[in-house]
Amino acid sequence: MQILNVVENFWRVHYSQNKEKIMTLTKLITGAALIASFASSAFADGHTIRMGTEGAYPPYNFVNDSGEVDGFEREVGDELCKRANLTCTWVVNDWDSIIPNLVSSNYDTIIAGMSITAERDEVIDFTAEYFPADPSTYVALSGASDDVTGGIVAAQTSTIQAAYVADSGATVVEFATPEETVAAVRNGEADAVLADAAYLSDIVKASNGELSVVGKPVAIGGGIGMGIRESDGDLKATMNTAIASMKADGSLAKLIAKWFDGRSVEY
Amino acid sequence: MFDFCIDPQNLDGFYWWSCYLTTGKHISFYTSFFVVFALLIVTVPLILLFGFLGAIARQSRIYPIRIFGITYTSVVRGVPDIIFFLFVPIALDQGIEYLRHKFKCSEWVEPIRQGNDFVVCQIAKMPMGSSDQWIHDTYGFFLAALAFSIVFGAFAANTIHGAINAVPPAQIETGVAYGMTRKQIFIRIQLPQMWAYALPGLSNLWMILIKATPLLFLLGVQDIVYWARELGGTKTARFTYPHSDWRLGYFIVLLVFYLFLSWVSEIFFNKLTLKVSKGQATLNGTVGGTIDYISVSDDEVRNS
Repeated sequence: MQILNVVENFWRVHYSQNKEKIMTLTKLITGAALIASFASSAFADGHTIRMGTEGAYPPYNFVNDSGEVDGFEREVGDELCKRANLTCTWVVNDWDSIIPNLVSSNYDTIIAGMSITAERDEVIDFTAEYFPADPSTYVALSGASDDVTGGIVAAQTSTIQAAYVADSGATVVEFATPEETVAAVRNGEADAVLADAAYLSDIVKASNGELSVVGKPVAIGGGIGMGIRESDGDLKATMNTAIASMKADGSLAKLIAKWFDGRSVEY
Repeated sequence: MFDFCIDPQNLDGFYWWSCYLTTGKHISFYTSFFVVFALLIVTVPLILLFGFLGAIARQSRIYPIRIFGITYTSVVRGVPDIIFFLFVPIALDQGIEYLRHKFKCSEWVEPIRQGNDFVVCQIAKMPMGSSDQWIHDTYGFFLAALAFSIVFGAFAANTIHGAINAVPPAQIETGVAYGMTRKQIFIRIQLPQMWAYALPGLSNLWMILIKATPLLFLLGVQDIVYWARELGGTKTARFTYPHSDWRLGYFIVLLVFYLFLSWVSEIFFNKLTLKVSKGQATLNGTVGGTIDYISVSDDEVRNS
C-alpha cells in the first residue's frame, strides 16, 4: 500500500525533525487536561444534576413558547434542587429512550410524570411519590358510546396505559408521543385514547366539544416518582428528604393545586 | 419579541401571527435549519475521506487491509441504517467515557457496569455534567455526524471503487508504457478521471444524505423535524399561543425546504458533471453530457 507508506514515511521524517516540539506539545496538552480535571473536580461536590424530562405532557411537563421546560414538574424539580442544595439543569429526551439514557448516565433523574411500577422498578429506582396516583380516562369523539373502550384504543408506548389496554382485551395502538395518541382519535385511526386524566382534561377542554370523556376512569399505577439510577443511592436519599420536606410544609400541595385546577391532595 | 406582544390573548390577525412566529421556540426552529446545513457541511468531507480510504483499502495489495476494506463496505451497507445510527453514537460515547474513566480515575474501585447502569466517575464524564447544555448538544451532534459519515462513507467507498475501475484500461496501459509507477498511474490518470464516473453515484448519495438528515432527530439532536413536531402539536390554554393540531402546516414547510434543497443540488450536480467530463474519452465520444456511463454508475449504486 503505497499511499500508506507515503504517510508513514512523512510522519517518520516529520517526527524526527520535530521531536522536541511534539513532546512539548504533548506535555502542554496533558497539562491542560490535568488543569481541566482539577478545575472540574473542584466543582465535583456541588456537581450539576441533569434532570431528564419528556417536555410533551402538559401540565406535568412541556416546552413553553420561549423554548424552556415548564410545567408542574419544572417547578417541583427546581424547588427540590433548591432544598437539596443542588445545581440542576433540564434536559429534554424522547419518552421512548428516557430510561436507557438514564441508565447510561446521560442525565441523572427522570422527572416526567412517570408512574412507579414494579416493572420499571426492576431497571431503575424511584424516589417517594411527589404526585398521588391519578386515574386514567378514556377520551373519544363526542357522541361515542362507552363500548369504544373495548375497541381500538390509542396509548403512548411503554406507558402503564398501553399495558392496561393490552390486558383489558381491547386492541392497543401505540404512539411515541401523547400528541399522536389524541390525533389518532381525531382522524379515526383509533376509537379512543387512554392517558392520565390531567393531560386529557386540557385537551378535551380545548377541543370545543369535539372530544369528550367516555367510560369510567380506571385506577392504574402508583403515584408519580422521580426515576434515579439504582447505583445512585445518595441522590435518591437526598431527593427523598427534599420531597418529604415539601410535603411537610404544604408547598407540594400548593403546586399541585396550582397546576391541576385546584386539586387538593393529602400530603 | 415586539412591544405589542405582551398580552397575546388580545391580539388577532397580523399582530398575533407576528408575535407567534417570533417566539423563542420559533427562533429555535429557525436556527435548527442551520443544524441541517451544519450536518451536511461536517459530514461531506468525512464521507469523501471514508469513501476514499475504503476504496483504496478495497484494492490494496496487502491482504488484511483489503479484507478490512471489503468488510467495512459490505457490513455497513448491509446493516439497517437505524440500527447503525442508534448503535454508533452510544457505543462511541460509552467507549470514550470508559477510556477516560480508566485513565483519570484509576483509584476507583466500583465497577463501571452496575446491573443496568453505566457509571463512570464525575470527571470522566464526556462532556462534564456541569457543562452547559449547548456543549452536550454539540457533542451529541458530532457523534451523530460521525455515525452518518461511517454509514455513507461505505456507500461512497463502493461508488469510488467502481469509478476508479471504470477508467478505461487502455489509459492505464499507456501509463505503464510510459514507465509510470503504480502510484503515479493512480494519481495522474485514475484519480483525475474517475470523477466523471463517480459523480452520478456521489450525487445520488448526496440526495439520500439530504433526506436522511431527519434521522438526527432519532439521535436526540433537536433538528427541524423535532421542532416542527413540537411547534405543530396541539397547544392548550396553558400555552401563550394556544392553537389546534398544526403539524400538517409545519411539515409542509419542511417538505418545501427539502424539495428546494434537492432542486438546488440537482442543478449544481448537472453543472459539475458537465465540467468534470469535459474532454474525456467517454463511450459516446469526447463531449460531456448525459451519456451511457451515467446509467452504468447508477446501476452500480442501485445494486450496492
